[in-house]
Amino acid sequence: MMRTSNTGIQIQRIFAPMIERTSLREKLWIGMLLSVLAVGMYALYLQVTVGHSVTGMRDNVVWGIYIANFIFFIGISYAGAVISGLLHLFQVEWRKPIIRIAELITVIATIIGPLFILLCVGRLDRLHHLVLFARLQSPITWDVLAISTYLTGSIIFLYLASVKDFAIYRDSTTLNLSKWKRRFFAFMAINYHDTPSQQKSINVAMNLMAIMIIPLAIIVHSVLSWIFGMTLRPGWHSTIFGPYFVLAAIYSGTGVLIVALYIFRRMYKLHDFILDKHFTYLGYIMLVLAAGYGYFTFSEYLTDWYGSETWTSQLIQKLFGWDEYGKLFLFTNVGGIILPILVVATPKLRKPGWITLASAIMVLAMWVKRYLIVVPTLETPLLPIQDIRPEYVNYSITWVEWALTLSGIALFLLLFTIAIKFMTLIPVSEVAESYDDNTQTK
Amino acid sequence: MKETDIEWINERRDFIKKAALGVTVAACGSAVCGCSSNSKEEGEKVVLLSPDGELVTVDSSHVKHVHKTVGVSKEIARQGIPGRKFVMVIDLAKCRNARKCVTACQKMHHLPEEDEWLQVRLMKDSPDAAPYWFPKTCFHCDNPPCVKVCPVDATFKRQDGLVLIDTDRCIGCKFCMAACPYSTRVFNWSEPDQPEEIKCLDYSPETSVPAKIGTVAKCDFCPDMAREGLLPDCVTACPNGVFYFGDQNEDVVTNGDETIRFSEIIRDRGGYRFAEDLGTEPRVWYLPPKDRMFPVERGMEDLPAEIKDRFKGIMEEQ
Repeated sequence: MMRTSNTGIQIQRIFAPMIERTSLREKLWIGMLLSVLAVGMYALYLQVTVGHSVTGMRDNVVWGIYIANFIFFIGISYAGAVISGLLHLFQVEWRKPIIRIAELITVIATIIGPLFILLCVGRLDRLHHLVLFARLQSPITWDVLAISTYLTGSIIFLYLASVKDFAIYRDSTTLNLSKWKRRFFAFMAINYHDTPSQQKSINVAMNLMAIMIIPLAIIVHSVLSWIFGMTLRPGWHSTIFGPYFVLAAIYSGTGVLIVALYIFRRMYKLHDFILDKHFTYLGYIMLVLAAGYGYFTFSEYLTDWYGSETWTSQLIQKLFGWDEYGKLFLFTNVGGIILPILVVATPKLRKPGWITLASAIMVLAMWVKRYLIVVPTLETPLLPIQDIRPEYVNYSITWVEWALTLSGIALFLLLFTIAIKFMTLIPVSEVAESYDDNTQTK
Repeated sequence: MKETDIEWINERRDFIKKAALGVTVAACGSAVCGCSSNSKEEGEKVVLLSPDGELVTVDSSHVKHVHKTVGVSKEIARQGIPGRKFVMVIDLAKCRNARKCVTACQKMHHLPEEDEWLQVRLMKDSPDAAPYWFPKTCFHCDNPPCVKVCPVDATFKRQDGLVLIDTDRCIGCKFCMAACPYSTRVFNWSEPDQPEEIKCLDYSPETSVPAKIGTVAKCDFCPDMAREGLLPDCVTACPNGVFYFGDQNEDVVTNGDETIRFSEIIRDRGGYRFAEDLGTEPRVWYLPPKDRMFPVERGMEDLPAEIKDRFKGIMEEQ
């Protein structure tokens, strides 16, 4: 029998309704997500049968919103990989209630991200060529290797951190589980009974994974940035692109984590576990990252602007030009860098609500920034476009692309909803341990 | 039809004599035309040069532009033609944007009007410089950024210098398009509009036909023609002899009318490669538009409005 503390029982009680049955409200919610996905599937059907002509992509702007989504989702996956991995290594106590949410974001976002790069592929029927004829010289091959390793690593990390919990649910008297669910938990708990040797192995494995997941995460986003960095295009061909992308990823991951914590805290009344200090501490992390990200951004665009090479200048004019991308570019810098710094740095605003609002705006700004990295550069080829077909000159997002983008978000929420059916968002074992050890750390 | 075909043969003859690019001439009618041959005698006779070097008279219904419909196997197409190092020289002083190269290329590759593997652009290098017409093929770079990034080896560099595409292998990730700094590559965004007898052919990287949905295509320097000792279509179609095609190993290029030493013309006429600083090492050389044969405005004559509009910005600046 797994030992359960009072705190553990309290957490199980909170999540019992979700794990035990599916309420009408949840069913409606799932139904809504599925209908968004259905529209997305229709859009995908069109894209596959009619061709990529149903998207806004054309010969100049060969990639669009999909690849921006791809960078975005892989970026937010850093919530778990780095935040929880790093905090685990440094034995930061306050991380414990939030690691499950962080790691779920990681796994789910890492599943969805690659789906978006698949949407950029013209021949989905030939994906096996990536393995069959793999060329190690291509950054896409690096990406395939890195992301699949990273996804596997993240799933293992999430699973290792959940084994104890599965054992607790299996033996739980608090949860009124259906037969198959109890059997499922028994299966997932791989006969874990909290013996000293089992404890030791799981701790060793966790430490190893925490160490591995950090370099893996760094590799994934560096390699991703090199898809752009290895080309000869202004705005992409930059030596700082690897670290720039990595930092942006941790930054946006932190933002999504804050937003998720806020939503779940309100939704499931988790105020006893997700404390104000979590928002403050994550806010501090966000502030440091915002400063770093701002520094990178400044360095990147100052260099490009000051150097004033013709081709680069054409791009810079588009990004700074008020009638072109200037407004969006300004938004990414104000909303994505200055605002989070101001909110966290002002004691009066350093409250969960404000920090979350700033995070939400920052996350949106970071998405726009990814768009601004992809599209304006592609609209600025070396030989100025001499074409009068408007769709070949400027990229504009079609409903198919919006439908599939929203489907990605819907899938993200759906997978989260499904995950809540199988695990408590606050890890029972971890929190029970820490709360029993030193009862009040508030 | 009759006249043009004979003219065509003469061009070939000249080319063979002068450039010695190949030994045999394959004329029309000797090879497969499409998947189903439904030829009907039309009564009109055409004189052609046979592979043996004899003049033969055949019914015009048997005459099809056979290249672009058959090609060598994929394995051979990946190797390239032994001993060759193809090179192109484009004389900017002679171009008047007649666009015959564009349409010939489209015809031979069964491309719709809006797909231009060969583009003629209007360039103006600096505010005070005079604009000039700039035909642009694929540069078949010796350090090709597109080939580097291909994840499946669908686009490849051959020993004869050509960069070709295997659209049966291409997964359509478009990375090569993002990597190419010259906007050379085009994508088949929807089902290509091609005749049925072309669609059913086996694809060969040397003919780049048939085009396939969801894959990348581009100018291929017509290696199937070179195998037969013929010049690419753009070269023969140009009324002003702008394009010179040849073999760098033999140090010879020809536009069909005159054959010249590659190294000499590059030296004497100040030949250069476009955007040399990018380090891609193109196999296409340009001769600067000095002592032009035509004023640049000539290129705006007889153009359809939608093409004229492309150059509006630059012409108005003048």
